[in-house]
Amino acid sequence: MLIKSKTEIASHEITDQAVFESRRQFIKAASVLSASALLPEVSRAEAGKYANITRSTLSTTAAITDRADAISYTNYYEFSTNKQDSSLLARGLTTSPWTVEVSGETENPGKYHLEDILQANPVEERIYRFRCVEAWSMVVPWVGFPLGEMLKKFKPTSKAKFVQFTTLYNPDIMVGQRAHVLEWPYVEGLRMDEAMHPLAILATGMYGDTLPNQNGAPLRLIVPWKYGFKSIKAIVKIEFTETMPATAWNKSGPGEYGFYANVNPEVPHPRWSQSRERVLGSSIFAPKRETEKFNGYGEQVASLYSDMDLAKFF
Amino acid sequence: MLFNKQHWAVIKLLVFTLSLLPFFELFFAGIDDQLGANPIETLHFGFGDWALRFLCIGLALTPIKIITGQSWPVRFRRMMGLFAFFYASLHLLVYVVLDLSLSWTAFIDEVPKSPYILAGLVTYLLLLPLALTSTKSMQKRFGRYWLVLHRSVYAAAITALVHYFWLVKKDYTQPLIYAVVVTMLLTVRAFNIYQKQISSVKAKSPKLGQKKTTNKISR
Repeated sequence: MLIKSKTEIASHEITDQAVFESRRQFIKAASVLSASALLPEVSRAEAGKYANITRSTLSTTAAITDRADAISYTNYYEFSTNKQDSSLLARGLTTSPWTVEVSGETENPGKYHLEDILQANPVEERIYRFRCVEAWSMVVPWVGFPLGEMLKKFKPTSKAKFVQFTTLYNPDIMVGQRAHVLEWPYVEGLRMDEAMHPLAILATGMYGDTLPNQNGAPLRLIVPWKYGFKSIKAIVKIEFTETMPATAWNKSGPGEYGFYANVNPEVPHPRWSQSRERVLGSSIFAPKRETEKFNGYGEQVASLYSDMDLAKFF
Repeated sequence: MLFNKQHWAVIKLLVFTLSLLPFFELFFAGIDDQLGANPIETLHFGFGDWALRFLCIGLALTPIKIITGQSWPVRFRRMMGLFAFFYASLHLLVYVVLDLSLSWTAFIDEVPKSPYILAGLVTYLLLLPLALTSTKSMQKRFGRYWLVLHRSVYAAAITALVHYFWLVKKDYTQPLIYAVVVTMLLTVRAFNIYQKQISSVKAKSPKLGQKKTTNKISR
């Protein structure tokens, strides 16, 4: 057996210490890079339709709610007043083909195919806080486009002071509409300046994929500084109006649900406090989160309401 | 009677175990993280529902006795009442410990803004003395006042319903079901008392009959 008593290494073969260290740094940097590249994927559905979408700088940095929680806890009274049941019942809805009727004070009324709307309005990811009037909240990566940009394309006339949205009415499938819990179809609305605000979006997806039916597929409104019930689902009609739309929850309980419905810890619901919110997905021993005025978007939107008494126009 | 004392002890143990099942179901679902997106709400509503159910079961036993003429249902009255109190205690505990995180600031902010929480607290305060005086020795010590005290269970049933109706956002189906059940159970009792009065008048016990008749007129 031959045993080499001495291993000869030529000096040119020895890696320079500086190079060695820089390589270690490179590996370290590369591993961090690849890890961070993987991170957003965790929050997204595997190979979803919008898996490689650009994230808007208007996104919050708050921890994203688990997708499983966001898709199983939905207020969708068109199907059921029970959050888990509505999540299951909504599966029966067909969302393609889908048209949106645009009418009222506009120069371009008509029926528009959703595909055409999506073609004309490029989508991006917006991670927003979502605060329900029932004092729970989550953080959702929506996929959508700015509402205002789309509305401009319909050329609203000078008479257009408000924009009204209507949900699909189909009691054969939306079985909750067979009971008169709310006045059907569900109607929501925004003042034009609210609708034009860059934070207001129409969403068609979430978690890097298309919207699950229970979350309002194929097209829903998201107004992050307002209570969740403003963010109307399965939109089939958009109407520009001169007068304030009569909205579903406002009609059902005018003393409890206002037209504006801005998140505001200082103005309690007549039957419960709005000071705190239960963040879905947090530990059961974690205290509730202190609710922020305008859901934390005050810097951007407070000026819309500067001359208004928010306790009166709740 | 078909069953002897030992049989009844076994049956009682069986009913006791069955009554604990909802607790274990929720408890183990909690350990397995199977309580859904809002686990505190699932626990809170779950215990609240069972408190109301056991209150209804407890209130149903005397009407069952009235209707069937069987006396055995009454044997379970104390146990059912105590289970109503047990689930009401868990309901309150989840609210105070998990929902409010024992924060006094949160408590004094939320309770005055929520009349339904007040109705819930009143219900609990009505049930508490009944649970504390539920033992046989307490029953003896209180004598005839014991029955008078324990009539406050009817008030508790009503404040529990108020609590439920007041918290619902829009769909009153669930509290309505309980309201119908409680109304039926109280009606059977009221009707029974009314019939007893009639028969006592017919029995022509001069002293009693006189008294009851005046009662009837004044109503």
